[in-house]
Amino acid sequence: MRLSSRITSRLVVSPFVVVAIFTFVLCVLWSAQLSFTSSKIFPAYDYVGFKQYTRLFANERWILSFQNMLIFGICLISGALVIGFLLAVMIDQSVKWESFWRTVFLYPNALSFVVTGLAWQWLLNPSLGLPELVRHLGWTDFKLNLLGEQKTALYAVSIAAVWQASGLVMALCLAGLRGIDGEIWKATRIDGVPRWKTYLHIVIPMLGPIFFTAIVLLSLSVVKGFDLVVAMTNGGPGTATEVPAKFVIDHIQIRANVGLAMAGATVMLISVVAALAPWVYVQKRRKEARG
Amino acid sequence: MAATDINAPAVGPSGIRPKHLTVGRVGLYLALTLAAIFFLAPLYVMIVTSLKSMDEIRQGNVIALPEAASLAAWTRAWAEACTGLRCEGIQVGFWNSVRILIPSLIVSIMAGSIVGYVLSYWKFRGSELFYGLLLFGAFVPYQIIIYPLIRVFSTIGLYGSLPAIVVIHTVLGLPIMVLIFRNFYSTLPSELFKAARIDGAGFFALYWYVLLPISKPIFVVALILQVTGIWNDFLLGLIFGGSENMPMTVQLNNIVATFQGEVEFNTNMAATMLTAIVPLAVYFVSGRWFVRGITQGAVKG
Repeated sequence: MRLSSRITSRLVVSPFVVVAIFTFVLCVLWSAQLSFTSSKIFPAYDYVGFKQYTRLFANERWILSFQNMLIFGICLISGALVIGFLLAVMIDQSVKWESFWRTVFLYPNALSFVVTGLAWQWLLNPSLGLPELVRHLGWTDFKLNLLGEQKTALYAVSIAAVWQASGLVMALCLAGLRGIDGEIWKATRIDGVPRWKTYLHIVIPMLGPIFFTAIVLLSLSVVKGFDLVVAMTNGGPGTATEVPAKFVIDHIQIRANVGLAMAGATVMLISVVAALAPWVYVQKRRKEARG
Repeated sequence: MAATDINAPAVGPSGIRPKHLTVGRVGLYLALTLAAIFFLAPLYVMIVTSLKSMDEIRQGNVIALPEAASLAAWTRAWAEACTGLRCEGIQVGFWNSVRILIPSLIVSIMAGSIVGYVLSYWKFRGSELFYGLLLFGAFVPYQIIIYPLIRVFSTIGLYGSLPAIVVIHTVLGLPIMVLIFRNFYSTLPSELFKAARIDGAGFFALYWYVLLPISKPIFVVALILQVTGIWNDFLLGLIFGGSENMPMTVQLNNIVATFQGEVEFNTNMAATMLTAIVPLAVYFVSGRWFVRGITQGAVKG
């Protein structure tokens, strides 16, 4: 009986092990292998060394995509962390209608990036959206075309992303705040420490692991960022909002340059691993500390 | 709509300490209200725009309530909106998404729970390594595995078919599903498992009679995660769905990108709302469960 159950468990799990190894090991290795070839539409195995990588980093669009990703990442992470944390702190002041506020701040998280992108695209529409409303209110020569200008389009995308992501940070921070011992508040109140100082010097350091998790999660979504850009600007105007994730897909689907695309994808993977490495390290240390 | 909220807190005490309407409290509610306006504005503007006529939209007041609210744009978006040359409305994408969602949900949740069960109670040589691999799979950017998967599906002739997209959602959803089920099962007392084993329960009996009855909460979390995740997916549907199985998000993007002459903002916003309804409904109905889902899906591992 015992033996047969054990065998059953192995039989049940083995197809999943095979699928996981195939997808997350072999496919990754295959992609990496193709990045060393000059594959166009179909895989070719004429190895060209690091040529695709030198091409990649000589490619203006890739460089721009990578820069955009970094700028977008800084905007999204700092924006969502600050707003999400402040919202959590406000909600934690034993406010009325707590669940109403939480619901309102978190609902964008349930939406597709495509929906978010299109909603903001319409809000920011230069001729009929919010800018027109400002003109309507009497500021008749007001002009604002965030999405239409090369200089500002990326920031417009960042605003939409912050709008969508802040609720998640709020939920994480709120869970953290609720986990803080009430004694700390009593003690600081007796000592006459102002609330904001308590937050700055005691609460924020205590929420460190939560901020850390939030930063890792947001970084991952920055590297993977594709849908929002495609829906909101499709990389434009010009190449102002191109991102690596879109570069790779375009070079597979439209430009039929798989070798270069796979070099880009490999660099993306390395970026994700770099973003994850400190997290994995910290998790491991914590586990060891716990024994 | 949030304006009425500012005054109310003064009425009675809230929370632990008695509250008086201090300057700080007023500022707090003012800040919350402003934040709520920022978060609700896009939804509000989408809804009012979808209810207006194009004449009214051209007047340029995006936040005004519609003078003569009409669902005309909604029916147009549902049944007539054009994607390229096809003008059958976003209903095509809606039903495609439903056809993708249901099998993907069933298969991926079943797979996640059974693998999570094995990883919790039937550890095997290399099971930790397998778990690590799944963890990696939860974070890997899809760009690094998409092309090989395209080649595989093309070779077996499934590329662009419904089974392809269902398989893709199941396989790529496996990591997160296994993680949440394993985490849930590992919090259960191990006596439960041992007692059932002594009573002679086998692999499936344990799963079916002992675990399933107490796993409802985690199934709800998994369901919420997968419904919103699969419905909101864009990239996988775009690449693996082909033109015949285009999910709603992809079709929505195409509808908005397709226009002859004047852009019909009301139809576009109605189509956008239609696409948002399913996940929004899940969100509003599930409430706290949704929070649990995203924080579990997000933090644990």
